Amino acid sequence: MKNNKIKKSKLSNFKNKLDFWATNSEEGGWNISSTDEGSQKMLEDENEKQIKIQTGTEVVDDFVIDEDTSDDERMIVNMGPQHPSTHGVLRLQAELEGEVVRRVKPIIGYLHTGMEKTGEELNYFQGPTNTTRMDYLSPLFNELVFSLTTEKLIGIEVPKRAETIRILMTELNRVSSHLVALATGGMDIGALSMMIFGFRERELILNFFEKTTGLRMNHNYIRPGGVAADLPDGWQKDVEEILKIIPEKLQDYDDMLLDNPIWKGRLQNVGILTTEECFAYGVTGPSLRASGYSWDLRKSQPYSGIENYEFDVPTLIEGDVFARWRVKVLEIFESLKIIEQAMNNMPKGPYKVQDKKITPPPRKRLDESMEALIHHFKIYTEGFKVPEGDAYVAVESPRGELGCYIVSDGSAKPYRMHVRGPSFCNLQALPVIMTDSPIADAVAAIASLDPVIGDVDR
Amino acid sequence: MNPEIISSTTEEYKELIESFKKDGFEMMVDLTVVDWFRKKEPRFEIVVQFLSTSKNSRKTVKVFVNDEDLTIPSITEIYPSANFYEREAYDMFGIIFEDHPDLTRILMPDDWEGHPLRKNYGSGRIPVQFKNAPKVD
Repeated sequence: MKNNKIKKSKLSNFKNKLDFWATNSEEGGWNISSTDEGSQKMLEDENEKQIKIQTGTEVVDDFVIDEDTSDDERMIVNMGPQHPSTHGVLRLQAELEGEVVRRVKPIIGYLHTGMEKTGEELNYFQGPTNTTRMDYLSPLFNELVFSLTTEKLIGIEVPKRAETIRILMTELNRVSSHLVALATGGMDIGALSMMIFGFRERELILNFFEKTTGLRMNHNYIRPGGVAADLPDGWQKDVEEILKIIPEKLQDYDDMLLDNPIWKGRLQNVGILTTEECFAYGVTGPSLRASGYSWDLRKSQPYSGIENYEFDVPTLIEGDVFARWRVKVLEIFESLKIIEQAMNNMPKGPYKVQDKKITPPPRKRLDESMEALIHHFKIYTEGFKVPEGDAYVAVESPRGELGCYIVSDGSAKPYRMHVRGPSFCNLQALPVIMTDSPIADAVAAIASLDPVIGDVDR
Repeated sequence: MNPEIISSTTEEYKELIESFKKDGFEMMVDLTVVDWFRKKEPRFEIVVQFLSTSKNSRKTVKVFVNDEDLTIPSITEIYPSANFYEREAYDMFGIIFEDHPDLTRILMPDDWEGHPLRKNYGSGRIPVQFKNAPKVD
């Protein structure tokens, strides 16, 4: 009994010293004491269920409001919607205890523009104009998924050249989207050079997009039945330049960040998301792959002939913010591999379906042929009719599974058009990542999930 | 990939979803509603997409919900990812998910009246008022 008392007083003495050393005051810091208690509790319960919860194989909402904490210590803070690190207009209502986030609720809808309702007003030919504005960092994927769903409903196959152009453009888009994710993620954490770097390299790709599609964003390039225009003259040169420069620059990022102790200390073991949590909250894409589960729709449920390309699916097991950052970097290399293969094996031939009902005739034909003029007029005023039915098609966007569900009633406009945005679903995992971690880590966690609010609110 | 399509009723719906979870369908990917206003009876069709990564297959469940009743059991306790989707379905179509932990509007403002994606909710019903523009009644 006596021994125990002595031990205890010794321990508290030591703790006081430690507190003094850490906080430079007699009061004692929250960080030392809370970690101390936490570790002791972990050792006490070693039944199977507790261990399962602690290793993350079982998902439970383990938050219980501590009765001892007074209301003065707990406060509710609004983060956003106008906060630079919330990537748009995401608002987070966070309950803080000191500096630790205890509960968090994402509040969305600030960018809701009723795009699904608008989708019912536009015909299939105009559809990509609408969907391209949803996820504005990867617009070509939105166009692709809408076009694939429409093509599935009509039952047509696009020519080989159109498929290859689609793969080339979407993979370039994946690179540019990941570069923005790395850049803004770096900026949120304080690596400001990363922001300059990421946007600088993205410019290369956007220039190529502008040359090909006419616009830097919101391209409306991939349409039902093929693509809007053929690749411009000398496109190989531009793609070769991209393929040459980007790996060099990625090496620069690695030199700057990969072994950087500050970067590592800030990201490793922060915001851990296990595979089971990913499944429970429907998280897909790089976040799922960073948690140690190799799942990529390009491999498992291929689209547009992507099964003919050789590439790997980078998978890491840690599941923390660092792993999510690393997976994105590695994915850029894999996308570059696909781009190179698409460039070298670009087939010749038409880039649109040769069906007069779906593809508008070329401009030259309008002056010569009456029928061409009629078809042109019909397509641009009425659009084309799609047989009755419904279809769900999913592609792997830079953020995860991007799905499109279209119900057709046999007319030229979709009866119902719904887009399953990956950011909308991934955002549900944000409370899981953020609870019981310091507010400073929350910023890193949001950046690592890479939500695009245009895709969340639609 | 063509998903397997299963039609169900509101009574059997929850049991069916529970059996999916046991069958190894780890993810509920998508939940949406189709409004068959004056075209089909019952009016609302709920379409839920499931994905199994271990078997690499998909399933689609379709349930019809009555216009007068509008209730269907929530599946958030089986698949937590249904949370936001059910809120969206409530917001846009007014479907009531029983036992949902927090069935509030998600995209529209809290005090909004009506459910915008219903077919009898006209688009452009609310005039857009621009700054300094003359007021139109």
